[in-house]
Amino acid sequence: MAQLTIVQAVNQGLRRALESDSKVLLMGEDIGKLGGVFRATEGLQKDFGEDRVIDSPLAESGIVGTAIGLALYGYRPVIEIQFDGFVYPAFDQIVVQLARMRYRSAGALYLPITIRMPFGGGIGSVEHHGESPEAYFASTPGLRVVACADSTDAYWMIQQAVASDDPVIFLEPKRRYYQKGEVDISADLSTALPLHRAKVLVEGSECTIISYGPTVATALQAARLAAADGVKLEVIDLRSLSPLDMPTLIESVRKTGRAVVVHEASSSGGVGGEIGQCLMQSCFYNLKAPVLRVTGYDTPYPPSRIEDDYLPDADRILDAVEKSMSY
Amino acid sequence: MDPFDSLIQLLDCNGSLVEDSHYHSTLDGPALLALYRDMVLVRQLDVQATALQRQGELSLWAPLLGQEAAQIGSGRALQAQDYAFTTYREHGVAWCRGVDPVEMLRFWRGTMHQSWDANLHRLYGYQVIIGAHALHATGYAMGAQYAGRVGTGEAGRDQAVVAYFGDGAMSEGDVNEAFVFATAYQAPVVFFCQNNQWAISEPTKRQSRVPLAQRADGFGLPGIRVDGNDVIAVHAVTVEALNRARSGQGPTLIEAVTYRMGAHTTSDDPTKYRDSADDELWRGRDPIERLRIYLRAEGVLNDDLESELAHEGVSLADRMRESCRELPDPHPLSIFDHVYAGADARIDEQRREVERILSDGQVS
Ligand SMILES: Cc1ncc(C[n+]2csc(CCOP(=O)(O)OP(=O)(O)O)c2C)c(N)n1
Repeated sequence: MAQLTIVQAVNQGLRRALESDSKVLLMGEDIGKLGGVFRATEGLQKDFGEDRVIDSPLAESGIVGTAIGLALYGYRPVIEIQFDGFVYPAFDQIVVQLARMRYRSAGALYLPITIRMPFGGGIGSVEHHGESPEAYFASTPGLRVVACADSTDAYWMIQQAVASDDPVIFLEPKRRYYQKGEVDISADLSTALPLHRAKVLVEGSECTIISYGPTVATALQAARLAAADGVKLEVIDLRSLSPLDMPTLIESVRKTGRAVVVHEASSSGGVGGEIGQCLMQSCFYNLKAPVLRVTGYDTPYPPSRIEDDYLPDADRILDAVEKSMSY
Repeated sequence: MDPFDSLIQLLDCNGSLVEDSHYHSTLDGPALLALYRDMVLVRQLDVQATALQRQGELSLWAPLLGQEAAQIGSGRALQAQDYAFTTYREHGVAWCRGVDPVEMLRFWRGTMHQSWDANLHRLYGYQVIIGAHALHATGYAMGAQYAGRVGTGEAGRDQAVVAYFGDGAMSEGDVNEAFVFATAYQAPVVFFCQNNQWAISEPTKRQSRVPLAQRADGFGLPGIRVDGNDVIAVHAVTVEALNRARSGQGPTLIEAVTYRMGAHTTSDDPTKYRDSADDELWRGRDPIERLRIYLRAEGVLNDDLESELAHEGVSLADRMRESCRELPDPHPLSIFDHVYAGADARIDEQRREVERILSDGQVS
């Protein structure tokens, strides 16, 4: 067992991916000597060389586009996008090229590319450093989208994403990067929870809280507060935003009859709406209340001095639970 | 090759004037003294802002240390009717456009996304997305053309636009597309690239095998490499490029060769990726020191003026320190302002929700 922060777990997971498959390459801005602005790739260029941990020019479309070429050649590129807000110059390459290659080539070509990205706000930084762009990707057929929320998942999910033969958008909760956890790093990859499965973190009977990434910790905090008041919330870490692990969600909501989805991204057109729709379709007669959402508002991400008013917190989650219970 | 070789230079590192076959400075003693004052004060501004970040008053700061001549020399070449687009590092250009240093801090303290009134200063806000604004500048310049504000010869009427960006930005698609549009329409835009040798931890050679200015050839615009730490030369080449633009002769790329003497931002640790010997080398090319030597030798600058300037610097720093702490936090409900031109039902509903949360908070 090792005590690792989330960012250290990503680092260790990448190290293991590089060790276990010589086709794995890391690409990105400042990932070599600097080890990335969050140090997720610290020490990897030193140990694996400049041809496997590749410092790129400053061009995101260029990074993703050349990774596509490398993947066609047989490599397995793992890209770092420095911050969520800087992924957009690569949007065409991701959404139009990367996502559709398998389909367009009728299965003859495939692109085992992982795009890692720190996401979400709450770090008190300037514009474009607190975005939650996941809905764009989750609504794009051909992409798989996952988010880790603890060190164990950071360690295993990154390896599973790299091993996936489909392109994976891998979201890392940047404001939780330094949250520590115990990781059994000696275990075998095949024993890890499959990449696209949700995880029940706390069992409860009265309402299911579904979240992912940075707000999982917020949901857990809300569950602790509720428990002190005798209300038993079930907390699910979604882990996979596309595809959704509906069986796990359905089982929980059949039991509790209530669900609140929590994410930092805006609600309109977001992942929460998709989850709500799928639950309505699958457990309509089990629901005692409509599925509610606690999300960032339908505005651009605000200046950092008021980001706490924008981000979902435990109080807002508990308000939603109360509203759900009052139906 | 030392990036410092074969540059346009009018004042060398020892503070002596240099002859150039094409460029001649028109700046007299008082004008040079004014540039000196600007450079000293923006360095002071920069040091103070860096300190404010260290004290927890700012969330981040991107130091301009070492790039004073590039920013002041070009910024002072602009005329009132011109317009500039900058990155997050051009505090010196903002200074030249009349932005109060305290106003600059709003962005870095996290109270506003755009620090100043863009229309008032004819200066767009700090741009964080690398290269995006090169296209905006080009489009703005096309606007000046379509509005008949280019090539009239009437003083104060013809307009030029400047886009500032770094060596790293030269790799972004947007910057390269900006060159294509600017040359396609011969737009009155000057691309001012401060090659400070680094894009965070990536050296310029990661972006280009040839001097950046040489790229201009392929796009069909003049490319000029100037000693970016020589305020006199920077001013001279920028004045000429702006004149070309205003008179309808099209765009120019200026590569100002300089050095980022500090960290990329206050979050960065340059010891991880660069050699301190380089820092030493470039300290000998300091943009302020060489002008100081020259002005003192000419008798334009003396002890009295220097101590006066030092006082001015101290009071600027004091004012920044005090006013920064007093910058008002935005009201939480301002989250919902200015998303759309008019009312929006979703936004209104969410605003009411926050109103309720805030009033509940007051009760308890
Ligand atoms: C589109 C985009 N990608 C990445 C970043 C992250 N980033 C911020 S500054 C920077 C380096 C910029 O280097 P350069 O253009 O040389 O300007 P300098 O910071 O040296 O002034 C990077 C990679 C960003 N802000 N925007």
